[in-house]
Amino acid sequence: MSATLTPLASDEFQAPGLGIFDWPPLVEGQAWFNKPALLALVGTLLVMVLTYFAFSRPKLVPRGFQNAGELAYQFVREQIARPNLGKDSDRWMPLLFTLFLFVLVMNLFGSVIFIQFPVMSRIGYPAILSIFVWLLVMYLGIKHQGPIGFFKNVMFPPGLPGWIYVLVAPIEFISTFFLRHITHAVRLFATMMAGHLIIALFSEVGWHFLATNLTPLGAPLGILGVAMTILLTAFEIFIQALQAYVFALLAAMFINDALHPAH
Amino acid sequence: MSAAVLAEVTGNLGSIGYGLAAIGPGIGIGIIFGQGVQAIARQPEAYGLIRQNMILGFVFAEALALIGIALAFAFRA
Repeated sequence: MSATLTPLASDEFQAPGLGIFDWPPLVEGQAWFNKPALLALVGTLLVMVLTYFAFSRPKLVPRGFQNAGELAYQFVREQIARPNLGKDSDRWMPLLFTLFLFVLVMNLFGSVIFIQFPVMSRIGYPAILSIFVWLLVMYLGIKHQGPIGFFKNVMFPPGLPGWIYVLVAPIEFISTFFLRHITHAVRLFATMMAGHLIIALFSEVGWHFLATNLTPLGAPLGILGVAMTILLTAFEIFIQALQAYVFALLAAMFINDALHPAH
Repeated sequence: MSAAVLAEVTGNLGSIGYGLAAIGPGIGIGIIFGQGVQAIARQPEAYGLIRQNMILGFVFAEALALIGIALAFAFRA
């Protein structure tokens, strides 16, 4: 940087950076136990408790929690499992429903007031889910299509002119076995991170221009910041639910690809 | 100012990079939803199927823009 740059004045607006994703440990000496880790534990317990109350004593005419639970279950079955897995869907429903509900709760923490941190905006949490799906897909593919058949069906789809396999085989190999599983995690992580960052930016604008540096010219900008925070929080809730749906949908697609070779 | 410096860029180049990275996915998402709405208008009874494929295509295109915003932070000087 050149020395001609003037140093930042103390009352100048500074946009929030990646620092908002770094949390100090809650307990001294336990570096792993920070706010995201606590939220992940709370969210796991929450999912377990909610599903226990919803499905532990099923009644023929559902009431209360069972109504909500069955609504969520039906959504996952009709929108995610059945279109992709067909007659195998009942076998995979426990996994898909758990994935959907877990990711949904983790994401929605970003919009719950006083918590306001989407756990999935730390790459480790979506990465472990996607590694789990990857291991499952590799196991299922080798089990159902054979160790050679699994790779052959993906890399050498029938019905193409011979010379094009030089191009198709490596591209399909990398994209099917690695890239799509990496983007599976990165998509969830980056959406949550970008959304959290944008909301932090606009609320920082509101705080800076209305609370700490109130000026006649800055006040409209601060009001705009607060309005955008509210609007984007509503949009973020939609995105958080959509990403949970997409995560489970892609898991169902990958499982189906491993069970049956593409035609 | 020395003669060698003709134009100086201060601030974060990552934001320019992200702006460039958002062009492609922006066009792609526009095409996906435009064609999706057209398909629904032509065949309203296939709404469920079209919407699901539309969202699927949307997330694939969106992933590129999101990777862009993540890398703008990752490769910061």
